[in-house]
Amino acid sequence: MRFPLMIGLLFLASAVVAQDTTLLSQVGDSLTNSTKPMPVTGTFKGIYLIQLQTNETIAAGALNFEIQHRFGQLNSGAYQFFGLDNATLRLGLDYGITDWWTVGIGRSSYLKTFDGYTKFKLWRQQDGGGGMPISVTLMGTISNYTQNFPDETYLNANYRTGYATQLILARKFKFFSLELVPSYIRNNLVPTVADKNDMVALSGGARVRITKRMSLDGEYNYLFPNQVVSTKVYNALSFAWEMETGGHVFQLVFTNAQSMVPTQFISGTTSSWGNGGIYFGFNIARNFNLTSHAKKSVKY
Amino acid sequence: MKKTLLAAACLILTLVKGYGQQYMTRNGFVGFYSKTPAEDIKAETRQGFAIIDEGKKNLAFAVLIKGFTFPKELMQEHFNENYMESDKYPKATFNGSFAGDLAPGRDGVYHVTVKGNLTMHGVTKPVEMPATIERKGNQLIGHAVFHISPEEFNVSIPSLVREKIEKSLEVHVDIQCDQK
Repeated sequence: MRFPLMIGLLFLASAVVAQDTTLLSQVGDSLTNSTKPMPVTGTFKGIYLIQLQTNETIAAGALNFEIQHRFGQLNSGAYQFFGLDNATLRLGLDYGITDWWTVGIGRSSYLKTFDGYTKFKLWRQQDGGGGMPISVTLMGTISNYTQNFPDETYLNANYRTGYATQLILARKFKFFSLELVPSYIRNNLVPTVADKNDMVALSGGARVRITKRMSLDGEYNYLFPNQVVSTKVYNALSFAWEMETGGHVFQLVFTNAQSMVPTQFISGTTSSWGNGGIYFGFNIARNFNLTSHAKKSVKY
Repeated sequence: MKKTLLAAACLILTLVKGYGQQYMTRNGFVGFYSKTPAEDIKAETRQGFAIIDEGKKNLAFAVLIKGFTFPKELMQEHFNENYMESDKYPKATFNGSFAGDLAPGRDGVYHVTVKGNLTMHGVTKPVEMPATIERKGNQLIGHAVFHISPEEFNVSIPSLVREKIEKSLEVHVDIQCDQK
């Protein structure tokens, strides 16, 4: 008669012991159940993929200093040291007004061009079920080249100005990120009447992570045909090897685009991969925190 | 016979329930800090889940890695992407027990020793720390300060930035648990 009682007690005791180990799963379950979809961060490492902008913006109060450097064309021969004797440079400053609104200015040596842009993060991708599947950023840029052409004195500021608007759709997957960027480009002056002032293009970009701090990037900018006819233009195709160390992002770049300004490289790339018109170069991004709350020392 | 068994079971169950009073919180505080000449690091979250089982002297804790906020956003991104790999290892957990007695039904601060397993970044390590548990009405308030080293949890830090992060980070935990 005592036997079932013993069994019963034993069973109860084991139930109590089992409860002990479930304390952890209890907190784990509550944590999982209460977790809301969170915004995905780090889709791309910087605000520039290579030339193309990414969906990323600069954090509020932070300043990004961007150096984009391209040597000359690889096919320019031994006399030009395969392009290394020449250089095109764009220096840029990008500032985060809020976490979702970034403004930037740049100056590049190509046609002595000034450019400025503003960029809004409209939606952020969220992880977890039911959240936003992609990130959406809107970017508007204006450029003005100031190089003097003595025989073209009619070139006033208006003629020298171009605009580009881009809608940047991006998604981060486990080890890679993709973006699709439709662009509308307006150049106030084009060489002939057959050329279009208003152009559309579609760009695609990818980042593949190979280690925690290294990735391979690629981008392709497709300009729809019959928009630029007076000069032979090519679609800009670029690859980069990207490395990150602390507040720096460093990229080694191979591209057929010489310019780094959207109004120029998307619609005005005149060299091609096919005949070796490739530019070797690098991008360096450095982040500075300017806000007082970021600078403040830790107190505890 | 069946009645005896049932009575015994009921008795034991009520005893267990009464004895194993649990306290819980959904907004436990965790912060970790590092101070070096090169850079100060501060990260805090108030989204920790904790349960203290007073009777069995057990406690458990879980916190989302992505819930930690830093004053510098880029630092937060690096923390999630490069160091803690929060997509792969989304949470940090602690499971353990405490040694020391809490006088039943009397408010006061009690010094205890907490011992258990800390799991984060896919690595589980035994830890032991002094802590205090304060009884305040229907609440148990736990407080602990301890140190962890990133390398112990397989968090690799590149030599270039090693001097910007302390070898052992100070961790503060504050949990205000209400009776369940």
